[in-house]
Amino acid sequence: MADVTSSGTAVLTLPTDEQILITREFDAPRHLVYKAWTTPELVSRWWPGQRGRMTLAEIDLRVGGQWRYVMIADGGFEVGFHGEYLEIVPNERIVFTEAFEGAPGVEPALNTATFTEVQGRTVLELLTEVSSKEIRDMIVGTGMEGGVQEGWDILEEIAVGLR
Amino acid sequence: MARAATTADAFNAVAEPRRRQILDVLAGGERPVNDLVLELGLAQPQVSKHLRVLREVGAVDVRDVGRQRLYRLNGHALKPIHDWVKTYERTWSERFERLDVVLDELKQKELGDGGRDE
Repeated sequence: MADVTSSGTAVLTLPTDEQILITREFDAPRHLVYKAWTTPELVSRWWPGQRGRMTLAEIDLRVGGQWRYVMIADGGFEVGFHGEYLEIVPNERIVFTEAFEGAPGVEPALNTATFTEVQGRTVLELLTEVSSKEIRDMIVGTGMEGGVQEGWDILEEIAVGLR
Repeated sequence: MARAATTADAFNAVAEPRRRQILDVLAGGERPVNDLVLELGLAQPQVSKHLRVLREVGAVDVRDVGRQRLYRLNGHALKPIHDWVKTYERTWSERFERLDVVLDELKQKELGDGGRDE
């Protein structure tokens, strides 16, 4: 039961032991999706989701250039990520490292964002590669292979049933 | 719950597919080892080894009833993992929803270019 999702919904899969792949379709041509991913003022608007407010978005978009995002979460604490751009193909692909500043000892993840346009719409694939299966499972948790939702039913039950 | 059993331990404990399988079975209720051996199709020593790891991080509890050892889930030990994943999943969904809004604006701006001043 891997396909409960439709376009517009993020699909999370685990291609190999050390990879997490998030796929999402957007109703916009890819140069705009790329722009929204690489322009600090635009990133600031979507990256915090509903969890807080962006306080810093630095993007030095060139190979070897650094990026750093910091937000103040609604709980009042800072959440920061940073990394380096390793490969840039404008409107097509960005390869970059990503380190979570809250876990300084953990090796940075290697991310590849791929933008593919199909009839005016864009499929974004965000591939995260980590150094071990344990870290991957730590990020996505257990039983996710069958799709984000079903995999979580069990643990959801467990969490809800806490007493 | 002992604080010494760190969440990292719990994360590692559930990173193993067989141990996740055990947790899935135990999610249905308390079970003796024999049941788990049957359900998983593993030899008892292997199952016992996995159970020991899960016990060490507090993910399962055990009690003796007569001659049987009964294992059950302890959801508290798994809650940090659950919370983590939920957050990860939700974070990306929220980001993408916001990105949809940003993209809509960019599209309209492109369509309106020439006629619109900024």
